[in-house]
Amino acid sequence: MMDDVLLTTGIPSREQIESRVPPKERREKGPFVVIECFQEIPCDPCYHSCRFGAIREFESINDIPEVDLDKCTGCGICVGSCPGLAIFVVDETFSETECLIALPYEFIPLPAKGGEVLLLNRAGEEVGKGKVHIVVPGKKPAGTSVIWVRAPKELSMEVRNVKVLTEGGARCE
Amino acid sequence: MKKTEVAIVGAGPAGICAALEAASYGVEVTLIDRGEAPGGQLVKQTHKFFGWHEKSAGTRGIIIAQDLAKKAKEDPNIYFLGSTEALGYYQDDGVLLVETPDGIKGIKPERLVIAAGASEKMLLFPGNDLPGVYGAGAVQTLMNVYGVRPGQNVLMIGSGNIGLIVSYQLVQAGVHVEAVVEGLPQIGGYAVHASKIRRLGIPILTRHSIKEAYGGRYVEGAVIWEIDDNWQGIPGTEQDLKVDVVCLAVGLSPLCEFLWQAGAEMSYIPALGGFVPIYDENMETTLKGVYVAGDVASIEEASTAMAEGYLAGLAAAHSLGKVPEDEFKSKKQAYATELEQLRAGPTSEKIVSGLSVLREQIGKRVSL
Repeated sequence: MMDDVLLTTGIPSREQIESRVPPKERREKGPFVVIECFQEIPCDPCYHSCRFGAIREFESINDIPEVDLDKCTGCGICVGSCPGLAIFVVDETFSETECLIALPYEFIPLPAKGGEVLLLNRAGEEVGKGKVHIVVPGKKPAGTSVIWVRAPKELSMEVRNVKVLTEGGARCE
Repeated sequence: MKKTEVAIVGAGPAGICAALEAASYGVEVTLIDRGEAPGGQLVKQTHKFFGWHEKSAGTRGIIIAQDLAKKAKEDPNIYFLGSTEALGYYQDDGVLLVETPDGIKGIKPERLVIAAGASEKMLLFPGNDLPGVYGAGAVQTLMNVYGVRPGQNVLMIGSGNIGLIVSYQLVQAGVHVEAVVEGLPQIGGYAVHASKIRRLGIPILTRHSIKEAYGGRYVEGAVIWEIDDNWQGIPGTEQDLKVDVVCLAVGLSPLCEFLWQAGAEMSYIPALGGFVPIYDENMETTLKGVYVAGDVASIEEASTAMAEGYLAGLAAAHSLGKVPEDEFKSKKQAYATELEQLRAGPTSEKIVSGLSVLREQIGKRVSL
């Protein structure tokens, strides 16, 4: 059932977020998807976007996506496919101290690779500083871009947006 | 007087889909819109649509509008009559009166599909007549059609999908959104849209409303306050926001004046958006040969509007004897199933309850 916190604040509850965190062994293995989709709405592009069959086939168009973490490679294709911008990829194996987070990004100009960003949480509050690792421009026409940012490892399940400090000048189209 | 097999009033998602479906059976269609080009509200929807992957989910409304308009333009059976307003329909004479750039003209359609859409609701508060108080549709038109920012700092009233989406689009256009206020205890739109704008740092204040907008010649600020269970403001909870735009996204009403005038039987069903025409499973109203589709039939999403459009177009073509019986049955069932599935989730509960009220009323009519 839907948690009231999400519907009164727009921010998922702690329990909802924890329900999307894979077990420790999986997190130590490599990148994994985090689908922050908690409400049954008619939508299925994520299932069709995954080339590895990691998102289970929907019985109803209103189903909430279910992930098979053994099949998920953390490639990030689904991040840009989600109309609700609710999918992220987290890689906690990036380095000793840092993780990588893939975020959907629909603002122009796109950030520059290597540029500095403010790391924002689900309420848009600044929680630290990070760097842009990779920028994957959206597919034409007008697709969602995906940016991979380096962030302190302990913020892997906190950071869900960035404020770009160094603009790349690249346009979506 | 110009004759046509099917005239369609409104070239938004519902109207275009009705035109494409009817035209695919060789029916000659006249598609009428007050806009210069087809597309309706889709031309300002820069967000990605939900729905089925196979049915353009994940595609932005503006792209869907371009695709649909292109298909309609390339279809030799569809004649698009732009910059034209439909004035009235006189069933006794079978005349649809329209105002074209060349003057008022009559059209004699054998079937009529009304896909007129909806109009935005207004909200009563002191200062609501100041320049700077906009409807969300106007803000979208300014930004997404003409590339004009409506102001610098916006207070959004209403947290339905439109309020949430337009807030996001404002930030994309470089405009600051001070807050979204919502009178109900819960956010009205999809949770994913709400989360998207929360990540941008925009607060969503439920159980809040606008007390007043103030300013000399235009909006210079607005006061919001908490409201109680009776929707009354609670003194002492006021917050003064220095905004230059108050954007109203407080709901839509079916644009059904045309149907009143034409003499269709109407019913007041709040869950569907207010007064709506009574229509059957073929989208046909109580006026024989007059069909409806989209927001004029019930306030919903573009995905359901498109499915209803296809269904209305199919039924109109079938009633003209252009669709083989078996094909009509199977396609009608497919569209009905699509609509049922789109409305199967908890976010559609209100619509489903409204539609069951509508079905009951049709039942009563049949038993009379």
